[in-house]
Amino acid sequence: METAAVHKKKRKPPISSSTGDRLFVICNYCFMIALMIVTLYPFVNVLAVSLNNAQDSIKGGIYLLPREWTLANYNYILREATIFHATFISVLRTVIGTVVTVFCSAMLAYTLSRQDYVLRKFITVAFIMTMYFNGGLIPNYLLIRDMGLVGSFWVYILPGIIGVFNLIIIRSFIENLPESIIESAKIDGAGDYRTFFSIILPLTVPVLATVALFSGVFQWNSWFDVFLYNSSDASLSTLQYELQKILQNSNTTTGTSSLDGMIQGATGGQQNAVTPMSVRATMTIVASVPIIMVYPFLQKYFVKGMMVGGVKG
Amino acid sequence: MDKNTVPALSRPAADKEPGRMRLFFKKLGQQRALAVMSVPFLIWLFVFKYLPLWGWSIAFQDYKPARKFMEQTWIGFEHFKFLFGDDRFLRVLRNTLAMSSINLFFGFVTAITLALLLNEIRNIAFKRVVQTVSYLPHFISWVVAASIIQTTLSPDGTINQLLVGLGFLDRGNEILFLGIPEYFWTIFGASSVWKDIGWNTIVYLAAMTTIDPTQYEAAEIDGANRFKKMIYVTLPGIKSVVIVLLIMNIGYLLESGFEPQYLLGNGMNVDYSENIDIFVLKYGIAQSNFSLSIAAGMFKTVVSFILLFMANNAAKRMGEARLY
Repeated sequence: METAAVHKKKRKPPISSSTGDRLFVICNYCFMIALMIVTLYPFVNVLAVSLNNAQDSIKGGIYLLPREWTLANYNYILREATIFHATFISVLRTVIGTVVTVFCSAMLAYTLSRQDYVLRKFITVAFIMTMYFNGGLIPNYLLIRDMGLVGSFWVYILPGIIGVFNLIIIRSFIENLPESIIESAKIDGAGDYRTFFSIILPLTVPVLATVALFSGVFQWNSWFDVFLYNSSDASLSTLQYELQKILQNSNTTTGTSSLDGMIQGATGGQQNAVTPMSVRATMTIVASVPIIMVYPFLQKYFVKGMMVGGVKG
Repeated sequence: MDKNTVPALSRPAADKEPGRMRLFFKKLGQQRALAVMSVPFLIWLFVFKYLPLWGWSIAFQDYKPARKFMEQTWIGFEHFKFLFGDDRFLRVLRNTLAMSSINLFFGFVTAITLALLLNEIRNIAFKRVVQTVSYLPHFISWVVAASIIQTTLSPDGTINQLLVGLGFLDRGNEILFLGIPEYFWTIFGASSVWKDIGWNTIVYLAAMTTIDPTQYEAAEIDGANRFKKMIYVTLPGIKSVVIVLLIMNIGYLLESGFEPQYLLGNGMNVDYSENIDIFVLKYGIAQSNFSLSIAAGMFKTVVSFILLFMANNAAKRMGEARLY
């Protein structure tokens, strides 16, 4: 982006650009527009299906806009107890998981940013080592089972409290803060707890926003831990897992969005109000809208966070 | 945990160097607050990340869930020998390597190309919009992505409609893309690119901001047009970042992912979609053959560990950024 700014400053007269240059620029803009269409069209199409009459959608031919507008699909999702409860669990694990992760990562990162801390090296190496290996699926499963966490809400929170990547980006952010701030706090008699809570936490908000986004997205999108540990407990199911089950059902049948038993059974009373196709589209939208609403506003922060984690390390 | 084990283990050393040990504990005493804020997480790390490694012992046993650890029969490398004689595992290994190579190659080429082109957009507002849109699929779960991909590739989906509309296909001959095993790697590669192309440009765009602007001026004086500047100035300018990322990604050669293969895989394309992670899941959870499943998972982790270690050292030797 800086190079772009530099070029702008030079105030090069546009007439000087050759035909080749102009052709290149036109092609480039066309390519970018094509990329945006390829990225967005599937979402727009699913949104149109979710807002279209379910019976009408079966006929096909829904592209950018619904043909017969209706909110019936969303109505159905709101009234369907399983899906509503799953959405609630999704929200709950996202909120609790994000708060716990952000707070714990920040606290640990602060201690590891203190050059004089005697355990600094040992703890840092112990965490970084885990980037190279992990016990694997079954040993982790056995651990969780033996700890009695199967069938518990906390299995969504406890195993993921601290991510090494998050730790690194928060630590380097704290290390880049002016030394004098922490020094002056010390001179004023602030202990380590005070320094962390009233100085470090407020100053690290930009990087904590990044970590909150990563962690929130991770929690909201998770379905595998639900499948592995809590698939027999419907009260702990999440929205993504419910969507995954529908997806798997249509996968094992014909690969097309044909009627599947689960939805048909569920809709029994209100015959044909919804179809699996429309329910799936609606759930897809519900599962992605919270993310679409949040991430653009945090773009400035996470781009910086990625640069710290990716290039500088 | 640390406070208890350190003195017990290092008492002889402490006798030799009483000064250093005492200094350590004196300092730790002064830094009580820092210890309170960090040691609980060290314990957490030990329990959740190091303790599961104990489970690897099961790979060397003829594991029976009902027996205690001491009662298990030890059979050495039998399970590993079985794996490398098993057609299914070899196929799974082939799929893993193929899919991660496809991902590595296309992921790099497409992201670098997009970053180069984005860098040429002078309209900041337009550039921002493209970037924001291109990050979108990265944040969407694979469940949602798989749902969208499945819809797009279904016989009445967008791709088939497009092919029929352009006259490449006759109506009624629509292709069930996910039902054709040979297509799976391509679908997987394209889906991965679609999902992460924008996200992967972040690092390259960051590297491009560090290129010295005088280089562009010099190229201009030499008569280079924009395309030539992109190829001869921008691309060499990010070369070191590209090489480091490439080396480090080779360390993840056995990590071909799990979710896309699991969610897009089905009975028809299983011969091409099943990778090590799915193999581990099927044997371990569905069939409860813990020993074989852990052996396969352990093989993956150990090879990855060696590859990552070598990759990281290679990157370090080049004097560039590394994993940490």
